[in-house]
Amino acid sequence: MKKVVEINNVSKAFDSHVVLNDVSFNVEEGENMVVFGQSGTGKSVLLKCIVRLLEPDSGEIFIDGKNVLSLNLKELNDVRQNLGFLFQGAALYDSMTVRENLEFPLIRHFNFTPKEREEKIKSVLEKVSLEEAINKMPSELSGGMKKRIGLARSVIAEPKLMLYDEPTTGLDPITSKEISSLILELQKSLKMTSIIVTHDLLCAEIIADRAIVLNNGIVQHEGSIEELTSSSDPFLRNFFSHKIFEQQNRSSNV
Amino acid sequence: MKKPKTIKVNPNSYEKRLAEFFIMIAGLWQFQLQFLKQVFTPPYEIEQIRKHMDELGIKTLPIVSVTGFIIGLVITMQMHPVMVRFGAEAFLPGSVGISIVRELAPVITALIFAGRVSSGIGAELGSMRVTEQIDAMEVSGVNPFKYLVITRIFACTFILPILTVYVIFIAFIGSYLAVVLVQNMNYQYYIDSVVASVEFGDAIPGILKTFVFGFIVGIVGTYKGYTATNGTEGVGKAATTAVVVSSLMILIFDMVLVKVTLWLWPTV
Repeated sequence: MKKVVEINNVSKAFDSHVVLNDVSFNVEEGENMVVFGQSGTGKSVLLKCIVRLLEPDSGEIFIDGKNVLSLNLKELNDVRQNLGFLFQGAALYDSMTVRENLEFPLIRHFNFTPKEREEKIKSVLEKVSLEEAINKMPSELSGGMKKRIGLARSVIAEPKLMLYDEPTTGLDPITSKEISSLILELQKSLKMTSIIVTHDLLCAEIIADRAIVLNNGIVQHEGSIEELTSSSDPFLRNFFSHKIFEQQNRSSNV
Repeated sequence: MKKPKTIKVNPNSYEKRLAEFFIMIAGLWQFQLQFLKQVFTPPYEIEQIRKHMDELGIKTLPIVSVTGFIIGLVITMQMHPVMVRFGAEAFLPGSVGISIVRELAPVITALIFAGRVSSGIGAELGSMRVTEQIDAMEVSGVNPFKYLVITRIFACTFILPILTVYVIFIAFIGSYLAVVLVQNMNYQYYIDSVVASVEFGDAIPGILKTFVFGFIVGIVGTYKGYTATNGTEGVGKAATTAVVVSSLMILIFDMVLVKVTLWLWPTV
């Protein structure tokens, strides 16, 4: 299988606080890789390093065989056009309507006619079941709707690689499950490779093909969700026991 | 753009404030260099510049209209008794005209513009920064510095001179009204008196310096917003400090530019 993302010995520190320490892993084409870890273990930092919103102190990051850390801004932007990023708060442009948010990447990087753009917008809104929100401002949307529109904006250009930063954080269990199923559905229909940073075990169970667990800045465990949750490792047992308890609690509330 | 490196200082507040001041000056300088590096390379985002000029112009027009009218009216009423004391009331329109064109309209319009626009830009970009909208733009392959910063600096630089010319005319209307009230001067005499006294060389330096003031408002507002940190608290701080710093810089640069313009366009 072709490796879409290769992370080799990446380290990142803020002043004296080491967040990532020699992190290495690969993500294969079409794979959904979940990144687990406690708060502050550098999961979001790792995602931001992959797209070079943050510069790692050392290491190499390859996307489709290109070392993104050695690219100039123009080359980097070419790579970025082929990837989508769903931010934790969706990061919709709040001075633009939903339509303008979705149009933004299309206008700037592609030569679609207005009619083709309109079709693409309608089609992606249909996929996230929010056709009626097309002329709304982000401030008029609920948290779950914002996540859906953020997701729609990220996938509208049909990227090969999707990065999700806590896609279900702050959402109720039902919406969280809906978003997770939507992510899986989009991943299958658009044949994307994904890296998902999450705390949500339910979300991971729905989406993940494979998962890694970050602890103290290193990749401490790697495997399927089943392998990780049934492991006898004390850290994993402690980490997942809380998650399983939370999940059971949430399920009984639903 | 890389943020300026933070340095550790003693928690003593004076030292900290002084350190923050120098960090801000260094950051502004670096930000300006970034502007100069990127401003001449495509894409030029002309549509965004036009949109911001429209917005900024419309947003500021009511307040500068009122301010301009009051300045013209008040300065004329204040100067009238002085001119009478020296038996020079015939020179009232001319002297008020020179004050308005050379100094009052450019500086007061710039200060009002800084209060209205710099804080708005600081808050808007600050909020975009802390809610990761700027990061989202960057990840989508769009250069946010060009799209958000350069367009706003351009809009500020070119809309302020236009607003200043408008304020000069409004101030003359205010001034004429005051002259009519205190001296019962006819319209034609007022115009003739102003035209005879205010020369082209009086208007040019006043207008030219507003390009610098506009640039200051734009660069300070965008710098403060673009580099905002610490959530909503940081947004508020960005908006407030943008006004304070840009107003102060306008006054400091005015001092320098008066000297330069008097050297370039001597009045006597």
